[in-house]
Order: sequence, then structure tokens, then C-alpha cells
Amino acid sequence: MAGGTGASSLINKLVIENLKHRWVRTVLSAAAVGVQVTMILTLVGLSYGTLEDLGRRSRGAGADILIRPPGSSIIGLTTAPIPEKLLDFIAKLPYVTVTTGTAVYPIGGTNTVTGIDLASFTRMSGGFKYLAGGPFQEPDDVIVDEYWARQNRLRIGSTTTFMNRQWRVCGIVAQGKLARLFVPLKLLQELSANTGKLTVIYVKVDDPADTQAAMTAIRKALPDYQIYSIEEFASQFTVNNVPGLRAFIYVVIGVSIVVGFLVVFLSMYTAVLERTREIGILKSLGATSALILGILVRETVVLALFGSAAGILLTYGTRWAIMNYVPGSLTQIIVPDWWPVATLVAMAGSLLGALYPGWKAARQDAIEALSYE
Amino acid sequence: MSESHPLIHVKGLTKVYKMGDVDVSALRGVDLTVRRGEFIAVVGPSGSGKSTLFYILGGLAAATAGNVIVDGRDLTKMTDAERTRIRRELVGFVFQRYNLLPTLSALDNIGMAQYIAGRSASSDGWFEEILDLLGVGHRLHHKPRSLSGGEQQRVAIARAIVNHPALLLADEPTGNLDTENSDNVLKLLADLNERKGQTILMITHNPEAAAYAHRIVHMRDGRIVHP
Repeated sequence: MAGGTGASSLINKLVIENLKHRWVRTVLSAAAVGVQVTMILTLVGLSYGTLEDLGRRSRGAGADILIRPPGSSIIGLTTAPIPEKLLDFIAKLPYVTVTTGTAVYPIGGTNTVTGIDLASFTRMSGGFKYLAGGPFQEPDDVIVDEYWARQNRLRIGSTTTFMNRQWRVCGIVAQGKLARLFVPLKLLQELSANTGKLTVIYVKVDDPADTQAAMTAIRKALPDYQIYSIEEFASQFTVNNVPGLRAFIYVVIGVSIVVGFLVVFLSMYTAVLERTREIGILKSLGATSALILGILVRETVVLALFGSAAGILLTYGTRWAIMNYVPGSLTQIIVPDWWPVATLVAMAGSLLGALYPGWKAARQDAIEALSYE
Repeated sequence: MSESHPLIHVKGLTKVYKMGDVDVSALRGVDLTVRRGEFIAVVGPSGSGKSTLFYILGGLAAATAGNVIVDGRDLTKMTDAERTRIRRELVGFVFQRYNLLPTLSALDNIGMAQYIAGRSASSDGWFEEILDLLGVGHRLHHKPRSLSGGEQQRVAIARAIVNHPALLLADEPTGNLDTENSDNVLKLLADLNERKGQTILMITHNPEAAAYAHRIVHMRDGRIVHP
């Protein structure tokens, strides 16, 4: 046929033209599928990002060994039950060159403030890289990392409130060194009624090759304590090691499938109603039920693919929004490995949603359809 | 199928619709024979059963009883799937409301009929002949909303005959057209019948339209009557 559309692409053209014809519904449906994809990718990105960030910051402390209180879990907050005097004791053990202790105190949500002894922490980590300001000067001074400062719109001299106390930002440092929010150790111990107590002890050895030997010596001296190499500790920050997190991700995926199902169901159901007459026309031309079902399935696949692409792009938006507008220490990363998973989830929900409308269209009585106004 | 056999042979055709608990007889024993190459008009008032006859001959509805043989195939014994095949292979429809797919161009509407019938788009020059005959070649890339009623109906006729159907069924093809366009469409149908030997069965309640046919069949109350 001169200038005609090839037979193989004619159905695709019909599908695209149908989607263009009701473009508002098409855009809304694809956007809803996109939100479903973003929901999954944002949650997964937050989980992985926050955990990776915790691991990275633990490594950034510059320690080789980490000591946590007896009976504590590897991930999770504890109070400060380690006697501070252990620092000197551990410092005298073989291979150990530097020890420092921190106290960690929750300040709401998943956020914590970390009390450090700036001198020993600097010896261990090599010291903060100050982007603005400098070390503690006054008793109510706080050092924040760049991430925290950006999220909370803090500058040098800004005040911020936690633990029922107003703090002054004295330094903004590059991120990646143990925590996001630092105050003097003694002050935090005093404020939290844990004078002389630590949450974690960090140990640096003379040579990283001696880490295992040093750990053996520490274990022998402190048999009840949880002792990890820093690599071992950081590698534990995975989704599987956070109780309930994987189950939570699965719940969100389940909810996403339901959302996709409902959105596409409604969209396709109204599409079928609107196109009753067109379905009758196709039937009068001899179109089989399979062909009519196939047209709706193709429309659904296009919607799901566009929606998924939009959802993936939207995760860059959520990452930016979380980074700039959500106060807290949550970190979202982009997780390309999960793009196919989220797309498949969107596709599954959408195809489920297209099933009944498609069946209804395929079963449409041709005469009734042709007389549909 | 031999030329001596009629294209359509209907015997004792009845059709009963269920309307809730009530049975409504739309056809009450219709007998009809149509020869190949004939142009026949079926006329009658609303409710006379002419549309039901149209749907059954076109494989859109099943008969309740009787025999309906089109091109040697007995439609009364067919399943839905087999009647779907009949619509692809044997029949072309022209409707009062044109019934073009609104999102496709005129060309793609015609192409869709070919695609569904599994025919190649440019096989035998027939397509060009149709365009010449119907005079719609210059409007092929327009969508139905950009075409006049007369143009839409000519595209619908092109779509109906592009697959060489044995039978062209037209249901009030001029019902939505003004006098000038009506005349043009009816002349086209007559021309198609004359020059290409296309068998046409046209439903109408317009005596002037019926006058274009070789033969007029009158229906009333589900039966064929002789005025």
C-alpha cells in the first residue's frame, strides 16, 4: 500500500494513537505507575544508602578495632555502659597505639549526637577537615558535617537545639568521619548522666596486619565485650542485618503492586468503556478476542514502561529532596540494580490491572458495542 | 463454489431475543435467496427485523433456528470463533455511522481491515483500483474527524471491499448523509456492483435509495412480505 503503515506496526500505531488520544489519562496513569516505582527505589535507595553511609563513616574514624558493650547488637543504639578507664587499660595492650572513646546519644528519629575527645579522636582519624569554622571553643559548641549543615541550613554561628539545649555551630567538617554531629565527650556524658561511661571504644594498632593479633589480646583481656575489626563491623551494615528491613521492603513492593493494579485497572476499565464502539468495529472486521486483548496488553506495557522510566527519573528528585529538605541523617543512593526489579513489579501490577478490562473487551458483544453511543 | 449456486440461501430463519423473562421474536421464518453479483435492497419499517437479518448474514449474531448459507458455508452451525473468521474472509460491512477507528488515518483504517484479514497491503493493484473508484486517494492521510460524512462513508466502503469480500453488507449507508452525498454513495455502490460484480445487500428504509438495487425485498414483523 503506497505510503501505508506496515502491517506489523499498525497495531502498535493504534496503541500509540489511543494513548495519545486520551493523553491526560495516559500521563496520569504513567505518573501513578512512576510513583509506585519511585516508592520502591527510594526505600531501597534509602536503606542501602544509609547503611553504606554508616559503614563508610565507621571506616572514616581511622580505627582498626571497635569495642562495644557486652550483649549489644552490632547495629543499634546502646547507652554508654563501658567504663572510660578501659581506654588506658586497652592502650597498654600489645600492638595498640591509640584509643579513643565515644558516647552516642539519640536526639530523635534515627539521629544521634556523638561525644568525642577531640585530641584522641584527631590522633586516631587524622583530624577533621574543616570546611568552615574550627574546633570546640565554648561549652555549647557543636561540630556538624557538611551533609547535616546543608539539610538543616546551618552556618557557623547558627544555633541548633537538641537535648533541650541550644548549641552553637563552631565548625562544619567534610563528611565521612564517624558521625554527623559532634559535641565534647565530657559534656555529653554529663548531660546524659553517663559520666565516665562510653558507648564505643575505637582502637588503632601499630600495623593493620596486626589487627587480628591485637583483637586476640583484647578478647583475652575483655572476654565479655563485643570486639570487631573495623572492616568486619562496616561490612555488617547490610539490609539483611537490620531486623525487619527486608520484610519492610517486601511489604512496600506488595503495596506497590496493589497500587499499580488499581491504577491500571481503573485506567483500562474506563478505556474499554470509552472504546466500546471501536472494539465493536474491530470485531466487525473479524478481530479475534486475542487481538483485542493484545491491544490492551500492549497499551498497558507501554504505560508501565513509561511509568517506570518516569519513576526512575523521579528517584533522582527524591534523593535531591531528601538531601536538601529532610532533616536527618538519611542518605539515599541511586540503585540501578533495582531498576529492572521495580520495572518488573510495575509491569506485574499493571498487567494484573489490565486483565479484567481486557477480558471484558474481548468478550464484548459486537452488536451491542457497535450501537454504543 | 459454482456460479450457479446462490451466494446467500436463507431458509426458515428465526431469531428470538431474550429481554429479561420475555422472548422477543425478531425474525419469524425468513426465506431469502441472493445470487452472486446481485444488488439487493431490504426495506421495511423500524422493528421489521431487517437489521437482525443483516447481523446474522454478517456473522455478528447467531440464528435461533433455520439455515443460513453464505458462499456455501452454513452460519447456523458455527461457533463464535468461526463466525469471526467469516467476518474476516467473507463479508464487508458498511454502517450508517461509518464506524471508522477515530485515532487512525483513512489509510490505516483500510490497512487495519487488511491486517486483520491477514492480507498483504499491496498485493494485486486492487487497492489503487478502489481508490480510483471511490475518489478518496487525496484524503488518505486524514483522520476521520477531518473528513466529511461523504468522505468517511467512501473510506468505510473502501475498507469493506479491500479484502474482496463475497458479500458487501450495507446498513442504511446514506442515513447520515445529505442528498448529494447520498446520491454519490449510492452511485458508488451501484458502480461497484456493475463494474466489479460485487454482491451487495443493503438495508434501508429510504425508497429512493432502494431504487438503486436490482431487487427490493420488503420486511415487516420479522417476515419477508410481498407488497
